[in-house]
Amino acid sequence: MSEFYTSVDHFALIPALMLALFGCAVLLFDFLVFPAPRQRKWLLLFVVLGLGFAGLGLARQQIFLAAEGLSEFTAFRGALTIDGFSIFFNWIFLVASLIVALVSYRYLEIEGEHHGEYYGLVLLANCGMYFLAAGSDLITLFVGLELMAVCFYIMVGFLRFDKRSNEAAIKYLLLGAFSSGFLVYGFSILYGLAGSTRLGDITAALASRSAWDPLVFLALATTAVGLLFKISAVPFHMWAPDAYEGAPTTVTAYLSVASKAASFAFLVRIFLGPFITAREVWVPLLSAVAVATLTVGNLAAVTQTNVKRLLAYSSISHAGYVLLGLVAGNPTGLKGVAIYLLVYTFMNLGAFLVVVALRREHILGEDLEDLSGLMHKSPGHAILMLIFLLSLAGIPPTAGFLAKYYIFWALIQARQYVLAVIAAAYVAVAIYYYFRVVRSMFISEAADREPLASSFGLRLALGVTGVLTLAIGVYPQPWLELAQNSVLLR
Amino acid sequence: MSEHWLSIVLFTPLAGMLILLLIPSRRADLIRVWANLVGFAGFFVALPLLWRFDKSASGFQMVERHEWIPSLGARYIVGIDGISLLLVMLTTLIGAVAILSSWSAIQEKVKQYYAMFLLQQTGMLGVFLALDFFLFFVFWEVTLVPMYFIIGVWGGPRKLYAAIKFFLYTLAGSVLMLLGILTLYFQHFQQFGFYTFEIAELMKLDLPLGLQRWVFWAFFIGFAIKVPMFPFHTWLPDAHVEAPTAGSVILASILLKMGTYGFIRFSLPLLPRASMDPAIVQALVILSLIAIIYGALVSLMQQDWKKLVAYSSVSHLGFCTLGIFALNPNGLAGSVIQQINHGISTGMLFLIVGIAYERRHTREIAEYGGLAHVMPRYATVFAIAMLSSAGLPLLNGFIGEFTILQGAFEANRIWAAFAATGVILGAAYLLWLYQRTMLGQITNPKNLHLPDLNLRELAVFLPLIAWAIWIGVYPKPYFEVLEKPVIEIVQRVRPDYFQHTPVLASAPLEVLR
Repeated sequence: MSEFYTSVDHFALIPALMLALFGCAVLLFDFLVFPAPRQRKWLLLFVVLGLGFAGLGLARQQIFLAAEGLSEFTAFRGALTIDGFSIFFNWIFLVASLIVALVSYRYLEIEGEHHGEYYGLVLLANCGMYFLAAGSDLITLFVGLELMAVCFYIMVGFLRFDKRSNEAAIKYLLLGAFSSGFLVYGFSILYGLAGSTRLGDITAALASRSAWDPLVFLALATTAVGLLFKISAVPFHMWAPDAYEGAPTTVTAYLSVASKAASFAFLVRIFLGPFITAREVWVPLLSAVAVATLTVGNLAAVTQTNVKRLLAYSSISHAGYVLLGLVAGNPTGLKGVAIYLLVYTFMNLGAFLVVVALRREHILGEDLEDLSGLMHKSPGHAILMLIFLLSLAGIPPTAGFLAKYYIFWALIQARQYVLAVIAAAYVAVAIYYYFRVVRSMFISEAADREPLASSFGLRLALGVTGVLTLAIGVYPQPWLELAQNSVLLR
Repeated sequence: MSEHWLSIVLFTPLAGMLILLLIPSRRADLIRVWANLVGFAGFFVALPLLWRFDKSASGFQMVERHEWIPSLGARYIVGIDGISLLLVMLTTLIGAVAILSSWSAIQEKVKQYYAMFLLQQTGMLGVFLALDFFLFFVFWEVTLVPMYFIIGVWGGPRKLYAAIKFFLYTLAGSVLMLLGILTLYFQHFQQFGFYTFEIAELMKLDLPLGLQRWVFWAFFIGFAIKVPMFPFHTWLPDAHVEAPTAGSVILASILLKMGTYGFIRFSLPLLPRASMDPAIVQALVILSLIAIIYGALVSLMQQDWKKLVAYSSVSHLGFCTLGIFALNPNGLAGSVIQQINHGISTGMLFLIVGIAYERRHTREIAEYGGLAHVMPRYATVFAIAMLSSAGLPLLNGFIGEFTILQGAFEANRIWAAFAATGVILGAAYLLWLYQRTMLGQITNPKNLHLPDLNLRELAVFLPLIAWAIWIGVYPKPYFEVLEKPVIEIVQRVRPDYFQHTPVLASAPLEVLR
């Protein structure tokens, strides 16, 4: 341990280190030890181990913070900040990665694209997310973002012989690169203003300027464009439906929850960090974006007949709700953001997992019609899907209600009554399209008799997400306490 | 055991549902038997409430409370007063009866059907028992999903449209209501420094009229859609007509009462100033009067038997809301009694339509005529149900309507005059319906050999008829049960009511005893 790499640094870095290490190990072992396709399942063991060690590191950080009574500690001279916020989000990423890795092998076998590097990419993307949640330096954050994004560009195009998958990857790559450009431009202005890349220094530098300073505004606007793209907020959402539809469904699930949660963590760090003084500027801006996001997401979802596209638009609308939590800006709202993303991870993953199970040999299983008669064919899947959809719509006693409840509560507290009414009204719109899926499952007659794809991982993952979606809704107290620690951010 | 009695009542159907899920779906008859057992068990566990209930005590009784979500201030609190006692008894009885009535009507997806039904039952009971707004809201929403399925899966030709319309309407209303609840919740925090959803705590709030008005309208949308009051009623005919018979019975007899119950339990006591605001009272009374007369006129025009009964609900519920916003003890007590009456008599009318439909598969009134000749028992039952709905003295409808009119008269004579036309029109469409379907010669040869009611069908009606006659002949216990809660509400909304008119206040109630 030297001056440049102290034990604290090591302590802060260890989860990311584990993810990167095991990610690379997967690539090596795939190439050297398990060349035969049948053996690739064993790579899952590495994923589980890698995530396990990363989780251990996180747990030790959490215990350390609690034992010392600290709210945060920094490492690498302020480039990493480990606090309740980062730990909370990192748990979300780890769980999402684990679930996605568990369900992927059967799906990729059916698609005929079961390659070892997939698991490596999952771990490396998770490593990038770690820095998005814990980073407090522009360079660290940017590298984390790109690490995550590059892994996703590859994973979205993982079905090499599928036109849609290729198209999705190219679209995502081009638009993603474009938005990263905006983001870096904003970062360069921030660096110019502060002379440092540390968020703390930038916050101090911006505090001395007025909120309406043109340079600050320029930095805010360009950074916001980059970030809003990543969370697929309107008007930067165009990539999402195509990318979600074309990507392998497991990747779609991963993209829609983990990548979105990580980008939100990033967004919250930036907006409540350096840009906190420009609050009066970005609140109306984000309000408008949130309302537009809710409107486009919900209205466009109504007419979709492809379930993945429908869920893509629905996930756009969820980004709108989370943004509203940030707009409210009070502790309730920030806690709401954390709870919303936690709940959203489970319910949205769950919904996509059912779509994963619908993919069988020779059956694409993405259309609304493929779901018809599911209750007759496979009642377990149908009931789980019903729970996920009710939760996505926000009907109690599912977890989704609690998430929306926090957002409404925060808006009422902030006296944003108009936004609250708009947000509430879209719940009714959302129920319409979610229930188109329910109608197919429960009321229409079955389209085919082929049983659903199944594997141990898939069953386990569906069970876990289903139980959690219900449990968080019925007895939320422990989960609320968990999220409570995450709002130590000012 | 005894301190958990309300929880037992509440969760009996849910427990029954969970066990029902374990029965394999091919054993349809076993499922039917089990569902019926659970339905009646639900009623019998609720029966002891009648003698455990102390009519002389004020406030809520048999209260049970547990911490649930401490960081939100949401608790599990259940308790009853006279109003909820009656509605709980109605729910458990109608639930049992409706389950019994579906024995032969539901032939496919039997397991799902009964599971939904029992889940619905717990949801509705929860609405009437909850004394915590968060808990109330959860149960309120829980009732939506099973009803969606009951209409959507087992309904008539336009079931999909009707089911989603029902869902969207009520959901849109209830999310706005949620915002109203959150406003109260937040205001309570500002005034008292802690968050709670407990009704008794929220009642301590002292809010300015302006804010109360906003919250009132937010609640209004939620409750008025459920009742349904006049401009929000359009989901009702669709839902009622398309739902299977038992679904219509539950909808009309119980689900609609959740709206009126909401007004009585939440709007009035929590927002007393807004509830006394002349503009609001006038608006609500006018909407109620429109509902009474419009519902009756539309019923007169119907060619479809079931639709006629559906629109008659709009008219009858108009009486209930009129009674509530007369804002005096008579009006309120009458309203609650009329809610029970409507549950009994409209429930019976829907069952009657259902039986005709099961035999002939049509609801066109013109297809029938002279049924009294071939189905004498059926015609007798129909006559009782029809007369009870029309408000014939010695049957239940009369007591409710009379007391409401008395209350309305006390508040404003013109209201009473308009409402009274509704009674006359009500008698007109019901008697005319009876005449067209039951009396005269059999004109349609298909009706010549219709079987009369069998024993099971008769058993469905007997408890309801008995109850209708009991209320009609000896309503005293009902007024006694309602006296305390009704007076508490009036006192809360109009603190000066009993000071200025001490004699008038109790006198009209005495008349009926």
